[in-house]
Amino acid sequence: MSEAARPLVTARQDDSGIAAAIEGSAIGDSVYRWLTMAFALCIPVLLLFIAIEVGVAAWPALKTFGFGFLFSSDWDPPHNVFGAAPAIYGTIISSIIALVIATPLALGVAIFLSEFAPSWLRQPVAFFVDLLAAIPSVVYGLWGIFVLQPILREHVMPFLSGLPVIGQSGLFEGPAYGPSMLGAGLILAIMVLPFISAVSREVLMAVPRSQREAALALGATKWEMIADAVVPYARSGIIGGVILGLGRALGETMAVTMLIGNVHKISASLFAPGYTMASLIANEFAEATGDLHISALMAVGAVLFLVTLVVNALARWLVWRVSREARS
Amino acid sequence: MTARGPAGGVTLPPKPSDRGRKARPSGVQRAAAERTRTTIGRRRVVNVVMIGVTFVAAILATLPLIFILGHLIKAGASSINPAFFTEIPKPPGETGGGMANAMVGTLVLILAASGFGLPIGIGAGLYLAENRGTVIANGVRFLSDVLNGLPSIVMGIFAWQFLVKPMGKFTALAGGIALGAMMIPLVTRTTEEMIMIVPVSLREAALALGYSRWRTSLVVVLRTALPGIVTGALVAVSRIAGETAPLLFTVLGNQFWSTSLREPIAALPLQIFSFAISPYDEQHSLAWAGALVLIGIVLVISLAARFATRSRFGRGGD
Repeated sequence: MSEAARPLVTARQDDSGIAAAIEGSAIGDSVYRWLTMAFALCIPVLLLFIAIEVGVAAWPALKTFGFGFLFSSDWDPPHNVFGAAPAIYGTIISSIIALVIATPLALGVAIFLSEFAPSWLRQPVAFFVDLLAAIPSVVYGLWGIFVLQPILREHVMPFLSGLPVIGQSGLFEGPAYGPSMLGAGLILAIMVLPFISAVSREVLMAVPRSQREAALALGATKWEMIADAVVPYARSGIIGGVILGLGRALGETMAVTMLIGNVHKISASLFAPGYTMASLIANEFAEATGDLHISALMAVGAVLFLVTLVVNALARWLVWRVSREARS
Repeated sequence: MTARGPAGGVTLPPKPSDRGRKARPSGVQRAAAERTRTTIGRRRVVNVVMIGVTFVAAILATLPLIFILGHLIKAGASSINPAFFTEIPKPPGETGGGMANAMVGTLVLILAASGFGLPIGIGAGLYLAENRGTVIANGVRFLSDVLNGLPSIVMGIFAWQFLVKPMGKFTALAGGIALGAMMIPLVTRTTEEMIMIVPVSLREAALALGYSRWRTSLVVVLRTALPGIVTGALVAVSRIAGETAPLLFTVLGNQFWSTSLREPIAALPLQIFSFAISPYDEQHSLAWAGALVLIGIVLVISLAARFATRSRFGRGGD
């Protein structure tokens, strides 16, 4: 393993004469290195543990239902029939709603803060938006139930279904109960906004000065500079931020559980209640009766784990690529 | 895109012979200049409009925070009284009662999580900072980012399967470990970053004075980076303090006093959740009060972390 520590070992080799004289320090150094490495390796081990434990627990359900588990809409605990399609559908739709609303807003905030805002305004606005990320999920849920949901039911939903063309599209049909895909998507939009805007702001600020100056020197207005020179340069980082937000939205549990209505049904209308993978687990796990029921919930968890793993890895890779370009 | 008008004007081939006749532009140049004049007004308008749009986006993005905090204070403040901080919840339907046990429970959980998560996170951060560029360090850094994005509910079912099921009962310990595991990636990355900004000269000075490497790392480098690491730890604590999902199947919640790690324990976020979805108005107002207290705790911790960083960076000129 000494290869792994090469850069620092060379520093020691320089004064190896002294180091050899102090016998204890050599032992201390290797103990120290092994100890910190053990701590570092806890992280891969933990991830592996999570994958194995959840995978093993999910196996009975996956074995029983196979790939059909992902595509079946039957969820019937008394008869031990389980299909996760409504939860998967709900997860995707609520996340899409969240991203469609949050991305333009977050990008607007990021551009405003990195390009336009006077310095006295930059700090407080950035702080306010960042604080959104500090609010616990359960508080969002509480606010969603008692404030957002009534507003949706009484004002937003009637307005949407009354719109000329969009209202007839089938997206905004049916009675406006309150617990709905729309409500869950809205609360998710508020929750992922700070993540997207923070990453976007960072990559926008990492765009080299020369890029901006070149655009301005060509006679571009400030907005043209942003639209034609800055944003394209930071594009993959911004996409990374959006995907990071997607990762958050996919796995968000409490606020969604409190707002989505928790119904095993795929509905085209955004006014209808639904389920997400996370809310399904949160809602049914404590009351799960049979072993297969628990295993099915574990399988939902395993799917969620895999999906967020891929999404997060992709996002990190995109952001990392931009920061590497900015450095070189 | 008429907005690109001037760029088009610039790309016109400047003929060498034009140099002498600058006062009298050719017809092509005049046309280009005319086009520039007509588009420039529009481009300026677009510029101002888009600045306005981003400004509106910034306002819209801060509105939810103001609405949520405003409503929390309005709905929660009326239920905050001494009893709220000293009593345990009353049975459903009765007025009064408090969330004292939940607050203490959250404190116990934070301590347990920190006891588990902080040493591992700081140790891993030290390793990452001192072994940069190695395969192990890069891999661990990437996986810690992946772990950071893991949905908390998955951590919850993992802790249930790994700890609650074998032990046969819900315990505060299982919840503490689940929360601690969520702290690890955050603490690791902030520790690494903070150690990276410790000047190399400091490390070299200590080594030159005959300090061994481990003493240099722990006594000189870690101590210099300590304020930043404390900030990272505070941020991590503020994030897990409000976590609910990992607690649903690990600590379960408790209507009574308990501080034991081997028993189910109450927690503020759990109590808010169960009161929020209950049908009783008394419990709803307690839920608001609990949310106000929880958000107060979280905000105070994150503000403390922010100011700790700021004062450190304020001095950072030297």
